[in-house]
Amino acid sequence: MTRAGEVATRMAAVADEVAGPAADDVDAAARFPTETIEALKAEGLLAALVPIEFGGGGASLEEVSQGLVALGRRCASSAMVVAMHHIQVACLVRHGRNEVLRAYLQELAEHQYLLASATTEVGTGGDVRSSICALEVADGRFRVEKQAPVISYADDADAVLVTARRTADSPESDQVIVLCRPPGLELEQVGEWNALGFRGTCSTGFLLRATGDAGEVLDEPYADISTRTMLPMAHLMWSSVWLGIASDAVDLARRFVQSEARRKPGTMPPAAQRLAAVTVVHQQFVDMVQSSLARFAAAGTDADRLSSIGFGVGMNALKVSSSTLVVDIVRECMLICGLASYRLDTPYSLGRHLRDAMGAALMVNNDRIMANNAQMLLVLRGE
Amino acid sequence: MTVDETIRQVLAEHGRLAVSVDALSDDTDLFGAGMTSHASVNVMLALEDAFDFEFSEKMLKKSTFESIGAIRTGVLEMTGG
Repeated sequence: MTRAGEVATRMAAVADEVAGPAADDVDAAARFPTETIEALKAEGLLAALVPIEFGGGGASLEEVSQGLVALGRRCASSAMVVAMHHIQVACLVRHGRNEVLRAYLQELAEHQYLLASATTEVGTGGDVRSSICALEVADGRFRVEKQAPVISYADDADAVLVTARRTADSPESDQVIVLCRPPGLELEQVGEWNALGFRGTCSTGFLLRATGDAGEVLDEPYADISTRTMLPMAHLMWSSVWLGIASDAVDLARRFVQSEARRKPGTMPPAAQRLAAVTVVHQQFVDMVQSSLARFAAAGTDADRLSSIGFGVGMNALKVSSSTLVVDIVRECMLICGLASYRLDTPYSLGRHLRDAMGAALMVNNDRIMANNAQMLLVLRGE
Repeated sequence: MTVDETIRQVLAEHGRLAVSVDALSDDTDLFGAGMTSHASVNVMLALEDAFDFEFSEKMLKKSTFESIGAIRTGVLEMTGG
């Protein structure tokens, strides 16, 4: 059990004590950050967003975001796993209204389950809003089989939320999302995950086969769940992780400039001006994440506000902006720290930061997001 | 052309539906019939062109375009018909 208000602090403690020390090994071996997730489970933090009446932490999104920034500073892979988990939890909390799913939320809080997601599919060209696979429902049971090009950390997750067409006769865009879990969940790994960054997310492909209680299908159309919760949550949680990467880079750059200043008191270090400049950009990043969190919180569960074009454009802008800023900031910090950041064996090394940061624009490609915004801007009113 | 005929023509041209427009009743869920959110934007633009008006900000939501009946209500409200 967690007490509200403590979530960010306790996530930060796990970040410092567990995730940070393991980060280099997680990165080098491209392995799941087991110790970090176990530590978060032991602290009850995987249910931070589950309401208190279901046994969760009842934490605000702001707290979880702060916790993700702290984790992102120490190990961006761990932070991204936790971010993806909380996105799924939020979908269940906000849209899993039936008794089966309500009971599952309690179980999740009690056992600290880790949730994964299978929204992409081989053959849809990366468009998560269309599915080829279809749900079959008979006698109160569902069955689904999906070729997923990516399910991050599927082998270490306790359940996977899977999108599929509502029925075998449904068009590709008429999707539902269903909770798939053992013993009805079968995963066959396809390929390996050997990537430039976010190596600990273990984002391999899988052939997924699942059966389960038909009550594990969320009642609302996935289109609505995506617009109102999954998409804004994803952009907010991912941005928090990226802000963590950028924040650690700025910290290292500041320490570097300060150490230069100590060596020659009275002489302004050459990179001090650049540090001042990057700090301005970093503050923009902090403020943007905070204001977007406030915007989402203010919309509450108001379907009209959450599905308004202005809101959608804004949340997409957050993703594009933060995924761009994280790279800009890390690069600037490398210029500040110089070769000490380029080398992999100094306290100022920014190699992992840079590699992780480069993934931000690619996970849901910014070009795709800008194309969506371009489409929405055709009809946005300036009222 | 009546309002309904125009709406149906716009849907046929831009709705990218999985079924024929003739098979749609007044309250058939258009999103369930395969209209994507991208297609709904094109439907909206074509409706504005056909009826020479602009939907207001508060009408720019999924429910305005969820069925032929809902579209007709929206169009009539905006054109004062």
